[in-house]
Amino acid sequence: MQTKYMNPYLAGFFLGLVLLATIFITGRGLGASGAVKSVVVASVAAAAPEHAARSAFYGPYVAPGAEHPLKAWLVFEVLGVMLGAYFSGLAAGRLRLVTEAGPRVSRRWVRWVFAAVGGALFGIGAQFARGCTSGAALSGMAVLSTAGFVTMMAIFGTGYLLAFFARRLWI
Amino acid sequence: MMGPFVPDLISNELNLVIAFLLGTGFGVTLEQAGFSSSRKLAGVFYGYDFTVLRVFFTAAVTAMSGTLLLGYFGLLDLDVIFVNPTWLAPAIVGGAIMGAGFILGGYCPGTSLCAAVIGKVDAMFFVLGGAIGVFGFGELYPLYKGFYESTSLGDIKVFDSLGMSQGLFAFLLIVVAVTAFAVTTLIEKKVAGGAGPSSEFKTKRHVAAGAALLAVGLVLLVLPDRKTSMIARASDPAFLAAHPAEKMDIDELAYRLVDRDPRVQVVDIRPPEAFARQSLPGAKNLPIRQFFGHDAMAVLSPRHVKKVIVGETEAEEHAASRLMIDLGYENAVVLKGGFAAFQAAYLGAEPPAPVEGLSRWAADVTRFRTQARGDILQMIASAKAEAPKAPKPQKKIAGGC
Repeated sequence: MQTKYMNPYLAGFFLGLVLLATIFITGRGLGASGAVKSVVVASVAAAAPEHAARSAFYGPYVAPGAEHPLKAWLVFEVLGVMLGAYFSGLAAGRLRLVTEAGPRVSRRWVRWVFAAVGGALFGIGAQFARGCTSGAALSGMAVLSTAGFVTMMAIFGTGYLLAFFARRLWI
Repeated sequence: MMGPFVPDLISNELNLVIAFLLGTGFGVTLEQAGFSSSRKLAGVFYGYDFTVLRVFFTAAVTAMSGTLLLGYFGLLDLDVIFVNPTWLAPAIVGGAIMGAGFILGGYCPGTSLCAAVIGKVDAMFFVLGGAIGVFGFGELYPLYKGFYESTSLGDIKVFDSLGMSQGLFAFLLIVVAVTAFAVTTLIEKKVAGGAGPSSEFKTKRHVAAGAALLAVGLVLLVLPDRKTSMIARASDPAFLAAHPAEKMDIDELAYRLVDRDPRVQVVDIRPPEAFARQSLPGAKNLPIRQFFGHDAMAVLSPRHVKKVIVGETEAEEHAASRLMIDLGYENAVVLKGGFAAFQAAYLGAEPPAPVEGLSRWAADVTRFRTQARGDILQMIASAKAEAPKAPKPQKKIAGGC
């Protein structure tokens, strides 16, 4: 039996309290894309250590004396995110292998390709903006950072600008 | 107790455990909110489901209000917490790329992880794509390194960028949020009819919650930041006139410095750059905004040590001494004439000008100054030689994605 989602305002309030607790205890915000970056850096460092050491992008993370890229705050936070989401889905009866797509997307692989492309764009954009929706936009807004508001408006503004062209994917 | 507890009270290893626990809370709320469904997430762009806007905006104003209130009550040091620095052009371009990724992919990184672990196959592809995107960015990094590092504006705050006060901005943001909640609910009812989540909202409760949020906004509008208000109160000329400070003249300070009196501590409230140029022997640099933090306590709390406050002007020193008293410290004295007076008499390149007057006293003072000047300059020089280190950078927490 699948239970309903929580009232969005209540969920937002709880999410805000989690973020507030994070700022209060650790002095920093939540994030997600930084953990993806850590995993990529660690993989490149394992597969091609010399290449990683020479690179301006990976170099600082694998320099002598630097902590292992996976021993990062966001990596541990994201492990918690996955565990929390899993148990929440389990409790709500939502654990199911399924592909979600708009009503006009008839082939699953089309959805998969667009999801992967969207993920790649997010991965690239989050590097430029130094964070994604959680780390730059939400956490940045909570501490009234200019970057947080700029990033939030750029993400959602572009989303609305392109929504018309992507409508066959969703409605 | 004043937050944040990292790095003073919580070690790095414990911080990772805390990261895991807080992440768990983050994951539960994201999944419960319905952020593990791409169709629900994409709804915000087509008007059939505004869950994203509701959750996101509510979370942002909740965390912002809480942060400001904790700062006001002195429970959280807002000058230490991580404020995402702004690189303006990369933030806009990166945000635009992410917006395109959102509308095509239907997730953002955090939500895709939540969706992937409960079995959404499209989310698994999104996560994989995300890793490929970061890898691609890393491989081609030299191509746009210059752009990536351009338009750096530091950790600026949005209300400063807009030229308004913190309280006014917080209030306006809450007004915008409540208005957006109301308007988007009307849109959603039009677009989705009874199928949208808003069809189950209980109107009375939601109106009450919106009103409560606006009330919080009003409180934030009138609440000044605690540090700013305490400094403003202590700097008020009328207040200072009613509360004269104990003073020490420059010759007494010079005597005590040369004497290496352990019961005198010079507290230099000038900006770090001025302090770095020249400072008195044994002085601790503590600009007035740092009086509130952990570091100030070690310098200001010994009760039997006279804290001689040294600043650009006597008025600044006087305000700092009142602020110390307001914060519960005692035994503060201000240096007559400020740093400039002491500098003119003891630290100049030339020996000090003879003190005016024909009394025996004037001649004594002149002789003392000439002698003490040599001693003090030597103390400053040897202190510099012993510790050739730059002033300790102000504590700042690293963060970000």
